[in-house]
Amino acid sequence: MNGTYVLGVLVPVLILAVVLESLRRGRLRERHALWWIIAGVLALVAGIFPSSVGWVAEKLGIEVPSNLVFFSGIVILFLVSLQHASELTRTEAQVRTLAERVALLELRMDQRDDR
Amino acid sequence: MASIGPVKRNAPRVLVIIPALNEEASIAGVIAEVRESIAGAEILVIDDGSTDATAANAKRAGVMVARLPYNLGVGGAMRVGYHYARDAGFDVAIQIDADGQHDPRSASQLIDGLADSDIVIGARFAGTESYAVRGPRRWAMRVLSAVLSRICRTRLTDTTSGYRAAGRRAIRLFATHFPAEYLGDTVEALVIAHRAGLTVSQVPVAMRERAAGTPSHNPLAAARFLVRASFALAFALVRPSEQYRSEVDAQ
Repeated sequence: MNGTYVLGVLVPVLILAVVLESLRRGRLRERHALWWIIAGVLALVAGIFPSSVGWVAEKLGIEVPSNLVFFSGIVILFLVSLQHASELTRTEAQVRTLAERVALLELRMDQRDDR
Repeated sequence: MASIGPVKRNAPRVLVIIPALNEEASIAGVIAEVRESIAGAEILVIDDGSTDATAANAKRAGVMVARLPYNLGVGGAMRVGYHYARDAGFDVAIQIDADGQHDPRSASQLIDGLADSDIVIGARFAGTESYAVRGPRRWAMRVLSAVLSRICRTRLTDTTSGYRAAGRRAIRLFATHFPAEYLGDTVEALVIAHRAGLTVSQVPVAMRERAAGTPSHNPLAAARFLVRASFALAFALVRPSEQYRSEVDAQ
């Protein structure tokens, strides 16, 4: 068993372990973890059966199998950052609404005090 | 609550909303002018996270002040204003800038305009006086106005004007759907109003020089403005809008 093979299995296992542990402790919500779990499982499969990457690459018509790995990595990172941007937008809108409500509440309190 | 002046029977209840960001120098003067020109109106200053004495000066002038905990932009400030106007049952909400460039004496024309439409814009280029914006930025604003005129099916010459009056239906719509994006308070608000079935019109108003700061004449800045405005417009047009109408017709 060569070193690269061990590394190819160990790193995905580590990633999955970190993600699952974060989920367990509630530091990561399930909808954020989804992409990381998908990435970890794919990497684990590729690590355990390196030939599977070559097989899929051939089926898709990709000449250099490692390009398939890079491509999948980029796609997953892209989806993750898109999800983050969209959640950030939603969170901003929520915080904004709260700020507006706070301003209105303070105004009502002022009016009550003045009376 | 500061209600001033004799109120005629059946006169519309008017709320003047003044979004203000660091306008400690001009705010008291604007409030005094509004009081003088719009009898019986209540005034609400929205302090949009100012770091100076804007809120204190406005309070000293005896008007209501809502303070946003941090800067939200004109869109956020106006949302607070319309929300308040809706909850307190006002018939008319008028938006006036805190820097003194809008002349409150034209407000009665805006209110009169509400007899036949839901939103009335105080348009700066509509003839009464020359206005300082020239060059590429003005062309960009013209393009925008031409497109919005077609959308709203009425002649609009100054769609980026922040001087406007809203009737009850518009207040109800804007209390929940006033956009907070770039140019949302002017451009997108008009599109939302149109899509909700509200009517828009304009009256010419004289505009005064800004107390401080000069409008940009940089062609690059104008191009950027046009691109961002087109984006805002395009997305305003394709946004799902089922909920708008129900908001207007509620109550």
